Amino acid sequence: MIALLLRDLRLAVRAGGGFGLGLAFFLIVVTLVPFGVGPEGNVLARIATGVLWLGALLACLLSLDRIFALDFEDGSLDLLATAPVPLEGVVTIKALAHWITTGLPLVLAAPVFGVLLHLPGPAYFWLVVSLLLGTPALSVLGAFGAALTVGLKRGGLLLSLLVLPLYVPTLIFGAELVKRGASGMDTQMPLLMLAGITAATIAVVPFASAAAIRVNLR
Amino acid sequence: MSIWEYANPVKFMKTSSLVLPWVTGLAAVCLVVGLYWGFFLTPEAENFKQSVKVIYVHVPSAMMAINIWVMMLVTSLIWLIRRHHVSALAAKAAAPIGLVMTFIALVTGAIWGQPMWGTWWEWDPRLTSFLILFLFYLGYIALWEAIDNPDTAADLTGVLCLVGSVFAILSRYAVNFWNQGLHQGATLSLDKEENISDVYWFPLLLCIAGFVLFFVALLLLRTRTEIRARRLKALEQRERMA
Repeated sequence: MIALLLRDLRLAVRAGGGFGLGLAFFLIVVTLVPFGVGPEGNVLARIATGVLWLGALLACLLSLDRIFALDFEDGSLDLLATAPVPLEGVVTIKALAHWITTGLPLVLAAPVFGVLLHLPGPAYFWLVVSLLLGTPALSVLGAFGAALTVGLKRGGLLLSLLVLPLYVPTLIFGAELVKRGASGMDTQMPLLMLAGITAATIAVVPFASAAAIRVNLR
Repeated sequence: MSIWEYANPVKFMKTSSLVLPWVTGLAAVCLVVGLYWGFFLTPEAENFKQSVKVIYVHVPSAMMAINIWVMMLVTSLIWLIRRHHVSALAAKAAAPIGLVMTFIALVTGAIWGQPMWGTWWEWDPRLTSFLILFLFYLGYIALWEAIDNPDTAADLTGVLCLVGSVFAILSRYAVNFWNQGLHQGATLSLDKEENISDVYWFPLLLCIAGFVLFFVALLLLRTRTEIRARRLKALEQRERMA
């Protein structure tokens, strides 16, 4: 499993340039927002959390179809499915690799982009915490969507239609956590909910993803 | 005599062809009587004026929108566990009806909300979760359309329906939490139906029965069409092989 993780990471970094692409997309979204809503600092500060969360969500979406598509095309997914490692484990590892290559850089870059959007001081800590807790769920759910659409020729647009509604709870609690944290309110409830959703997603959804891949490989 | 007999398409076609005209007729009677009663024979409510009449379309369609998804969940489970084709086709046939019901509920809600709340749309928990339900229906139908092999499509949409159900419920409560306390009194809550007097309650009940029967009639019709389309496909394939 570790070998698989290293292989996926190496592929993501060396081949195709997908690694920095999500981050660049995130930067572009953040750059374009002030053009859309105007450069006033207080307006930007109010919507900064939402913009950063949405940007992270969309940047994550961008690289989802790469999770299984290449392996499906060259047949290595068939090999992985027949390997001694259970397919559920393979799916989880691939989602983890996706998170390390897109989710983690987004988490680390988010405070920097927060400066651009006049994010208020106490929000930085909670922004990093919420993204750190929330983005793994995004990757795992994204892997589920990618598993559903892996056999399709043009699954990209369909993939976003399938996956984005699933992101609703994560987004709500993630943004709420930052909002409450920034204004000094009680953060326990959204924090626990966000962590709970992510933990449950990681525990349960890979089974559905693996089932979908088995159907697609049939 | 068990329900599983109807997993046999031949048996299903035979029985449904007998039942279909009756259900259609009853749905028509219920809807015509219920809507006429509701629209023309009930007094205007004190606070609502004429706008209260939207309730006879709004409440039944909203109920159906949720219940059709539950029905799809059950039929998807039956397909995934027992591999009965009729079940998968029934789920496929129900989805567009559910989509339209959700749409009707949203539109009539907007029409009702305009004179009552002074706005067509409010990010109220109930309204928002219906919009999310609408998106789930769209995704489900789009996945059916995108996959050529019917068995693969049935499997994948079944899995999507299961995962989607969990997240739809989760979204419902998350949305409740997200906009809590901002729009009190703006919800169309169930307790209002308890406040409602019998004058409105009986025609509403008739309308709900009409919508349920209407859905069953449409579902039977659409499932029969799907079964016929599947047969046609099988025949064409056999022809090509020969």
